[in-house]
Amino acid sequence: MYELPNLVPALPEILLAVAALGLLMVGVFRKKDATGFVGGLAVAALVVAGIVEVNLARVPVVTTLGGMFVLDGFAVFVKALVLLAAVLTAIMSLSWLRQEKLGQFEFPVLLIFATLGMMMMVSANDLMALYLGLELQSLSLYVLAAYHRDNLRSTEAGLKYFMLGALASGLLLFGASFIYGFTGATGFDAIAKALGDGASVPVGVTVGIVFLLAGLAFKISAVPFHMWTPDVYEGAPTPVTALFAVGPKIAALALLIRVMVGPFGHLVEQWHQVVVALSLASMVLGAFAAIHQTNIKRLMAYSSIGHVGYALIGVAVGNAAGVRGVLVYLAIYLFMNIGTFTVILSMRQRGRMVEQIEDLAGLSKSNPLMALALAIFMFSMAGIPPLAGFFGKLYVFIAAIQAHMYTLAVLGVLTSVVGAYYYLRIVKVMYFDEPADSFDRPIGRSMTFILTGTSLVILLFFLFPEMLLTGAETAAASLFHG
Amino acid sequence: MYVAVVFLPLLGAFIAGLFGRTLGDRGAQLVTCAGLGGSAAMAVGIFLDVAVGGHAQTHELFTWISSGTLDITWALKYDTLTAVMLLVVTLVSFMVHVYSIGYMHHDPSVPRFMSYLSLFTFCMLMLVTAGNLVQLFFGWEGVGLCSYLLIGFWNDRPSANAAAIKAFVVNRVGDFGFALGIFGIYYLFGSVNFEAIFAAAPQHAHETVQFFGVSGNAMTIICLLLFVGAMGKSAQIGLHTWLPDAMEGPTPVSALIHAATMVTAGVFMVARMSPLFELSETALMVVTVVGATTAFFAATIGCVQNDIKRVIAYSTCSQLGYMFFALGVSAYQAAIFHLMTHAFFKSLLFLGAGSVIHAMSGEQDMRRMGGIWRHVKITYAVMWIGSLALAGIPFFAGYYSKDIILEAAFGAHSAVGEYAYWMGIAAAFMTAFYSWRLLLMTFHGKAHAEDRVMAHVHESPLVITVPLMLLALGAVFSGIIGVGAFVGEGREGFWREALVVLGSHPALEAAHHSPWLVSLLPIIVGAGGIALAYGFYVYMPAVPLGLARALPAVHRFLLNKWYFDEAYDFLFVRPAFALGRGLWKDGDGAVIDAVGPDGIAAATRSVARRMAALQSGYVYHYAFAMIAGVTAFVSWYMFLYQG
Repeated sequence: MYELPNLVPALPEILLAVAALGLLMVGVFRKKDATGFVGGLAVAALVVAGIVEVNLARVPVVTTLGGMFVLDGFAVFVKALVLLAAVLTAIMSLSWLRQEKLGQFEFPVLLIFATLGMMMMVSANDLMALYLGLELQSLSLYVLAAYHRDNLRSTEAGLKYFMLGALASGLLLFGASFIYGFTGATGFDAIAKALGDGASVPVGVTVGIVFLLAGLAFKISAVPFHMWTPDVYEGAPTPVTALFAVGPKIAALALLIRVMVGPFGHLVEQWHQVVVALSLASMVLGAFAAIHQTNIKRLMAYSSIGHVGYALIGVAVGNAAGVRGVLVYLAIYLFMNIGTFTVILSMRQRGRMVEQIEDLAGLSKSNPLMALALAIFMFSMAGIPPLAGFFGKLYVFIAAIQAHMYTLAVLGVLTSVVGAYYYLRIVKVMYFDEPADSFDRPIGRSMTFILTGTSLVILLFFLFPEMLLTGAETAAASLFHG
Repeated sequence: MYVAVVFLPLLGAFIAGLFGRTLGDRGAQLVTCAGLGGSAAMAVGIFLDVAVGGHAQTHELFTWISSGTLDITWALKYDTLTAVMLLVVTLVSFMVHVYSIGYMHHDPSVPRFMSYLSLFTFCMLMLVTAGNLVQLFFGWEGVGLCSYLLIGFWNDRPSANAAAIKAFVVNRVGDFGFALGIFGIYYLFGSVNFEAIFAAAPQHAHETVQFFGVSGNAMTIICLLLFVGAMGKSAQIGLHTWLPDAMEGPTPVSALIHAATMVTAGVFMVARMSPLFELSETALMVVTVVGATTAFFAATIGCVQNDIKRVIAYSTCSQLGYMFFALGVSAYQAAIFHLMTHAFFKSLLFLGAGSVIHAMSGEQDMRRMGGIWRHVKITYAVMWIGSLALAGIPFFAGYYSKDIILEAAFGAHSAVGEYAYWMGIAAAFMTAFYSWRLLLMTFHGKAHAEDRVMAHVHESPLVITVPLMLLALGAVFSGIIGVGAFVGEGREGFWREALVVLGSHPALEAAHHSPWLVSLLPIIVGAGGIALAYGFYVYMPAVPLGLARALPAVHRFLLNKWYFDEAYDFLFVRPAFALGRGLWKDGDGAVIDAVGPDGIAAATRSVARRMAALQSGYVYHYAFAMIAGVTAFVSWYMFLYQG
């Protein structure tokens, strides 16, 4: 007799899937332009999913759907972040869609599908589930990147992302098949059991891990799998770029952590060096290559590469402290990036988007509050105390120091010095350069709301760090418990 | 009383300095003058108790530094030497304070000035009451600091700032020697307390030390180092260049620096360290020669200067030379005696000169004075008294002290003593000459000032003239009163343990038995000097001009102060500036900046350019990078595990 699996842990995902399909129907059958309506409902669905998700936090570790889906504190924490990012980017996108008069209701639907994919990734407990989540997310994002289909650069971005993403998926599948071949299992628990305490590891498994890592590194745009990032960031519509910069990064990093410390937890020796190399290369490239950028979206691409490098330090440490550092880092990163992209979205002159850094010149005079907010984000990204970005780096570096990984910590500090240059340059342009044309105002109520909220979080984080720290602490602990 | 005498001026300085704005000029003047007045009254009491009554004592205030064997307490030591210095410093300083009320009344920052004056006095008192070398050094440096502040008081004048910096830097040279001397003493004795040092001194008399690879008598090295310090503070030849420039400060400051504080510190210090100096013949000889040379050299320059204050400044330098060669022949009592009488008549001369300058609307060049004596009778009279005392005319203060110094030099019966004696005689001649040159050019003859200035010439107010008259009393009577106790029969009972003179140095005793011609010669040359000045500047005014024209080289040499400043400028100042500029431009700019900040920045930029260039935009490049990355990682592991 077929028994229905326990669906409670997957409730938010089910909810989102139903909502996405339902909204698709609504969009198709509504006569007039349904974008605003569908968008509003999409935001509502994401918020509801978030509330349900947070309420699942008290559930102990459970696996369901035949062991393919796992829900633990780690998953809840990361999914909450992903949903928050999705809600914020959805709000930003709706405002953008209105301004650009792109009346297509598929956008919010695709956004929900992408979010669903991310959540599946986070909860994946099987190589198959991992791949499914990853592809659901990726396919949605490929479409979103090319969403501005009359725009040459947007379509180029979508195409590039798709081709390279396909390659990355191929690498990942290749690695997965190696692992399956040598361990005879796809479930993470089974793989862990097959590998034992990691005393004798077949070379094939190592190769498989490397390929798997490469595939995931592509998603988080770690060097040398980062090449798509600047082009896609620049070409994709700005709200999509904002989504790229946050949601998938968080989800993919969480997935990376889950895979590495889960089934391959005893194989730290095998994957540790790869993560260290990825981290170092990302930090260095993120710091140096950004210096010559003139396009702020490209700059943010390199910035995100650098941030991934810092977050990977925590992964490389490979213990609870390291994971906690990563989670704190990602949470703060979310707010900084969403805030920055809100400003970038507000960069329009005479109804047209601009994205050059020099367009920001004299912003402190034409729009002092926005300049102040962006200055806060930039200082925070540069890691200047007492802003939140400083603490994000701090916890990661502390974890590295405690694990005696001095090279990573020292290089991290050095590259953040280099990185400070281009963050501070933006502040300099805003405050000290001769004013350029001012941006269109007002920027809209929802945008102001996001901007104010994120900048306050970044500014005042140091007063109330407890909530985030304990949350990240328990989340990280749940991962290492079992 | 023994504590308050030192700290009252500090209190005054604090109040005037911190609350000068609220107190106003009048309040600041009152507070500081009251502080000094009280201090001077107590100094008299202390003098009676300690010097006359014979109650030498030490008051420990608190432990300052206690570290290992280094144990320094903050203590006030009172013996006859201190009591004399206390009396001189507080009396003269009090007079200067009162005088400043009148002299500085136009100045916009009176409270600051009064505060500095009191602080200066406090530092000097700290110096003379010190119970150990470190405390003495504290006062020593404090005096240096205050002199810097006061010389540069008019800090909107570049020349005043330059003079202040010069005074400070030249003094640092001396201080460096002094500090080394203190280190040497601590190294040798393991203590910096005077009692301990003096008690242990005879045992260490013949020890030798290695110093920069040269072995020498420890005591000689220490004494010479200490003497370098004294040379700096007391402006002896070589380190004297700051003293004339210090004239840039307001005139009361000059009086204070030249008479009571600062320059006497060196003399005091050598006298205080007499138990050590007595043990080193070499050091004493050096002191004698330097002192005698300074006395002569400064006097020659004094003869040709035209700035009224500079003449007196070189005179101070010369008189300090007298004091030093007195110290050098072990006539410490005579040196301190001269220090005291000199303090009175020199402060009198300076303040009198200030009164003249005040009357002449700020004019300092004697060539543009003359014929004003009728208008400033009191000033004229006190300047006469001061000059008579300075020239060593009988029964004025300077006569007693200068005579005994010269006799002691002669009585030392040594080659250096002889040298000092003749140098001293020559200097005495010139002293009398330039003193009367000053008097005659300033007060007599035709008026050379503009009519506008002459019309304005007036006697100074009482607040200026009263201190002058009081100091004049000192310039007349301090010699005749003090001679018996300081250097005469009563000296043993007066000084007691404050000064140490070995039996092998009987110069002062011999001074009382010198041939009559030796004793008379200073008076004769003094009178001769006065006569020559009258001859030159009253009866035959053409002669000095003719002389200057006939011997241009000599005149220029003297007028340019033996080219010391030029030599130092060439030897030290320019190379130092050149070195500084070199290190800045070539060292810091071309090497450190180019390799460091600028170099790193340039390297960063070029790395950044190359990294950005990697981003070609071609998908196959990107794919290639990914595949290459995976391949590299896999090969890395293969390599690692296969072997």
